[in-house]
Amino acid sequence: MAPFTQKTGLMLTRIWALVIKEFLALLQDKKSRFVLIVPPLIQLIVFGYAATFDLNHIPYAIYNEDSGFASRELLGHFQGSPDFQQVAVIEKEGQIAPLVNDQKALLVLHIGPRFTSDLLLHHPSPVQVIIDGRNSNTANLALNDVNSIFLSFDTNWAADHNWGGFPVQLAITSWFNPNLLSRWFIVPGIIALLTLVITLLVTGLSVAREREQGTFDQLLVTPMTPAEILIGKAIPGLVIGFLEGGFIALVAVLWFHVPFMGSLSALILGLFLFLLAAIGVGLMISSLALTQQQGLLGVFLFLVPAIILSGFATPIANMPELVQDLTYANPMRYFLIIVRGVFLEGDGVSLLWPQYWPLILIALVSMISASWLFRYRI
Amino acid sequence: MVGSPLQFLDVAKKFKRSKGEVQALQRLSFHLAYGQIIGLLGPDGAGKSTLMRMAAGLLLPDSGQVLVFGIDTFSPDNRIQSQIGFMPQRFGLYEDLTVQENLDLYSDLQGLNKEESQKRQQELLALTALDPFSKRYARALSGGMKQKLGLACALLRSPRLLLLDEPTVGVDPIARRELWEIIKALKEEGTTILISTAYFDEVERCDEVILLHEGQLLGQKTPGEFLSPLSNHTYLVNRKDSSRRQLQEELRFRQGVIDARIFTEGVRVLCMDLQIHPASGENWVPVPPTFEDAFVSLLGQKNVLADSPELPTRILPRHEINPEVVIEVNELKHFFGTFEAVKGVSFQVRKGQIFGLLGANGAGKTTTFRMLCGLLPVSAGILRVAGVDMRRASTSARALMGYVSQKFSLYGNLSCNQNLSFFSAAYGLKGKERRQRIDCALQEFQLSDYRDVNTDDLPLGIKQRLALACALLHDPLILFLDEPTSGVDPLARREFWQRVNGLAEGGVTILITTHFMDEAEYCDNLVLMSRGEVLAQGSPVEIRSKARNDVCSQPSMEDAFIYLIQEHEAVIRRFS
Amino acid sequence: MNSQRLRGLIRKEFLQILRDPSAIAIAFVMPVFLLLLFGYGVSLDSKHVNIAVVVDHPTPETSSFLGSLQQSPYFNPIQYPSIRIARQAVMSHHVDGIIWLRSDFSRNLLQKKLAPVGLIVNGVDANNARILEGYIQGVWQNWMNQRALDSKSPLLAPLQGQIRIWFNPALRSQDYLVPGLIAIIMTLIGALLTALVVAREWERGTMEALMASPVTMGEILVGKLVPYFIMGMGGMLLSVAMALFLFKVPLVGSFWVLLLFSTLFLLAALGMGLLISSVARNQFVAGQIAIIVTFLPAFILSGFIFDIRSTPLPIQVITHLFAARYFVASLQTLFLAGDIWPILLWNGLALIIMALFFLGVTWRRSHKRLD
Repeated sequence: MAPFTQKTGLMLTRIWALVIKEFLALLQDKKSRFVLIVPPLIQLIVFGYAATFDLNHIPYAIYNEDSGFASRELLGHFQGSPDFQQVAVIEKEGQIAPLVNDQKALLVLHIGPRFTSDLLLHHPSPVQVIIDGRNSNTANLALNDVNSIFLSFDTNWAADHNWGGFPVQLAITSWFNPNLLSRWFIVPGIIALLTLVITLLVTGLSVAREREQGTFDQLLVTPMTPAEILIGKAIPGLVIGFLEGGFIALVAVLWFHVPFMGSLSALILGLFLFLLAAIGVGLMISSLALTQQQGLLGVFLFLVPAIILSGFATPIANMPELVQDLTYANPMRYFLIIVRGVFLEGDGVSLLWPQYWPLILIALVSMISASWLFRYRI
Repeated sequence: MVGSPLQFLDVAKKFKRSKGEVQALQRLSFHLAYGQIIGLLGPDGAGKSTLMRMAAGLLLPDSGQVLVFGIDTFSPDNRIQSQIGFMPQRFGLYEDLTVQENLDLYSDLQGLNKEESQKRQQELLALTALDPFSKRYARALSGGMKQKLGLACALLRSPRLLLLDEPTVGVDPIARRELWEIIKALKEEGTTILISTAYFDEVERCDEVILLHEGQLLGQKTPGEFLSPLSNHTYLVNRKDSSRRQLQEELRFRQGVIDARIFTEGVRVLCMDLQIHPASGENWVPVPPTFEDAFVSLLGQKNVLADSPELPTRILPRHEINPEVVIEVNELKHFFGTFEAVKGVSFQVRKGQIFGLLGANGAGKTTTFRMLCGLLPVSAGILRVAGVDMRRASTSARALMGYVSQKFSLYGNLSCNQNLSFFSAAYGLKGKERRQRIDCALQEFQLSDYRDVNTDDLPLGIKQRLALACALLHDPLILFLDEPTSGVDPLARREFWQRVNGLAEGGVTILITTHFMDEAEYCDNLVLMSRGEVLAQGSPVEIRSKARNDVCSQPSMEDAFIYLIQEHEAVIRRFS
Repeated sequence: MNSQRLRGLIRKEFLQILRDPSAIAIAFVMPVFLLLLFGYGVSLDSKHVNIAVVVDHPTPETSSFLGSLQQSPYFNPIQYPSIRIARQAVMSHHVDGIIWLRSDFSRNLLQKKLAPVGLIVNGVDANNARILEGYIQGVWQNWMNQRALDSKSPLLAPLQGQIRIWFNPALRSQDYLVPGLIAIIMTLIGALLTALVVAREWERGTMEALMASPVTMGEILVGKLVPYFIMGMGGMLLSVAMALFLFKVPLVGSFWVLLLFSTLFLLAALGMGLLISSVARNQFVAGQIAIIVTFLPAFILSGFIFDIRSTPLPIQVITHLFAARYFVASLQTLFLAGDIWPILLWNGLALIIMALFFLGVTWRRSHKRLD
């Protein structure tokens, strides 16, 4: 027993030394300390506000050829809605195009001259909506808002003017996010986004840099085993990732008021496994690279698709099959489901198991290949 | 003195470092005469590179004036740059361009027209013997060839002033000799050449020498003038019953002795005054002084070594000395792809030996060395270090080894103390023992003043000391030193060798590679490699005797090196 | 500027690019790879969404409605026997929502009573949920209109919205995402190409040798700019070709205006890369800065995917600091709407200012001295 404990003791000393050294190397230098701490915090706040799909104050213009009260009532619905903001009233057909082209108005409501009289005769009456489709998503959402205003006008009109039985409506309930705030969706995603970036910055160049400066050889001639080097290099990323990830999660709850419904342990376990997977990938890229430049390119080539194809902004389900299959190798995909599940859906550990094990698998595969590459990549 | 090729008037220059400022040059004034070769010599951090860069107009003085052919370097136009040729320390070549393309680029930058440039390039290619390699990528050239190409690029416009910043660092003796042939030819053409160097034999070839120390001018004289005060101060000492190393240790601390160095023929001594202090059994023979003696006598007193008489003691291990074989290499091979970099090398190293690995650039010595340390896998053959087969259990062997790499690879943004702490723990030292060893190391290697300085900001000589200290923390049985003195100034080199000698006395086995042939003399045994093969093996005397022929009756180590390698290459050429 | 020296530098840079496969990979392989991956991968158009359908009491009406759901390309309805099981399916992310036809559905429908069809959506992805709601509303209204036509009763709703969607009538999200993607990819490429190349010269010591020759700093900068500009334009044209021929995004505006804007943007992006590079002087820091200031801001703050008009005012102000913003706006307009000068002028002016700023600062910072 004694030699065994002595051996582990030695091992722990060596790993501890490497951890201390990595921290010093990362945090002692003013520039790199700054890079690791300040930009993520700024980005957290800026992106938290910037990354939104929610439309408010949709700029619209009115082209009303009808002088009757029905058109005024319809316009009243628009003017009363906080979602819409009237920017212009126009009198000629020709004025529509410049307004839309120059993005002064997202949509133009065109009410024909016979609007009120048609309605009073119980004829369904057309209203033209011209909408700028350049940003298809914005156009889509604006159309939804227009439709719901139309619907409420219809309901009122039908009730007041004896239009007869009004058709069955949809009663819509949204679970987990009743007001459909996209911030609730995006801000937890930012936890994953920034944690991934930081972890890759910490680990992605660490081996390549030592290789270029020759210190990696120095490390390899010590009695340290590749596993010890791996652990020593992983711990700083883990600690920094945990601190920043935890902090961002706190900001999400306290500043952005995203509800936290699920279990804290499920989130912690998820963050831990996600960090392991990200560190593994980072160290693998880094030990594959012979120079820092290659390391940097590698980080970029992993980071960019990992973020865009993670479901952070656009749903994975919308991707073609082949691309969807690719996302199974992306640790961020799983972590996004975990954070959003824990924050909004109130998930616990047991429900998230299908997300945990792929992360463990990615971490294992990448770390084992990284430690093999330490010695055999020359 | 208007129109001197280079004139410094009361020049001062400071640099900002992470902690405080460094005064690189202070109140420096000198001027160069036309058409001479001027050597620039000084320890690390003396300001040699700063001086060179200021002469090229790349740095501006904080105060004072630098005039190149009478033009102030402050002047914004590029008249200066079109009259000088400058070769920076790393040659400034584009490694991914061919020899021809590098030349073309610099011809364009120098504004040569097509005919001029073609003619000049032909001349230079012939001069540097790079003709056959014009299509080769610069990165595929050997160190010596790179240096010649760098020189050719600096020479395209036949500069009137040529500045060479340590052009011979890390270059083998053959290439050095060739470079000096070129420099002499340039002098014939009337070019003024300022060359900074760490080699004393090179300094002796200069017309005039500028000695720089801590940013100040110590002297500007001809080599002869530097040497003349030292005549009759130098001796070669021998004693029958003791080894050269023991004798040197004794002589070094004797009253009136400034310096004692090991030579094959005995120990060279430099005395303070004309009185001789022979002890019984010693044989003192007067020898002519060399520039190294002059350098030591001018700078030696300022050297810290002089104040610490009992240098290597506590930290240095005392291993039993016996003729046990510590490193055994048999038919060792290494392949990079299909290229056989090491072709069946065999040798043995005994305990307490200093074993040298010599060879031209690209001879396969670094590859061999890396296999010995366990950094490269062995392709074929037997390799045992301390009785452990490196092909299987290299981890256990690594605990017995210390390693100092070519670039003194330390963590640049960590302080001395942090580096020592890290490496001590990486070798498994703990608690009180660890603290003691670190304290010892700081003391023994005189690093206490630098304990909180970031390694990046240290002069090269101190870095080398720290690297050695880090490698010795765990009391290794075998020490691997890969070109540990490349680029280090002469004083630091001597200090280094004193430590290494002390270690060998203590029973540590030392394996070393070097380009300095005088260092080869310190070794007990040598292996000379070329193109992956062993050319010669034996003690320095044995190796030198192999080169003895009609032309050269007393070949120096350098002569032997050049002779053996050229002969080998001639054989290869004959058979291919 | 001395043309011979400049020629020499440019030739050198090209030779280095040719020798170093990574530069070619960055300029030509990366745009193709990223555009393919993202062009197909990034889409806001949900299709074949799994949706649970719970029918409490099957009738001819429910099966007719189910039929029209099935015909819709947007849905993949899956029948669940009870609302309880359907809820579990939502929790485990098997379906994105539930359509619940209660037992009184047919009766209320025939009596024209308000018989709500229950729609429950998973609102975690709020945007997707909204789009889903819109789709279901659409299916529902179509079905109702169809029923009204079949039964020859007058159309029921008073308002008949006639929607005219300009520029992108089918609201294909690819049509607006792909031009934005080009901007993002070019931001990456521009910064990556140049951020490392000047830092590399410092690190390898070749800068020192260059400076000791009669070359001027302006020549060194132009010598860097021209080759990477040409490379970047190559990548740009490749991306545009892919957008037009592979993703079938229409180009309504003129090609020459597109070329002009690409030039302006590339100058700004390369200028930023050169600035990073000359500030950092080492590849490690240059790389870190490039990651932080290029990709994420271009992704989130450019209007590529998140509409800038929806963000709070302070954020809108911040977005003006990033060249990608102007390029994304110009590209979306050029591709989909045409040469609309009021928009283009303003964005073009901003790009010119940014390019001048970055190149100017780089030029001013670069002295031909080592300290």
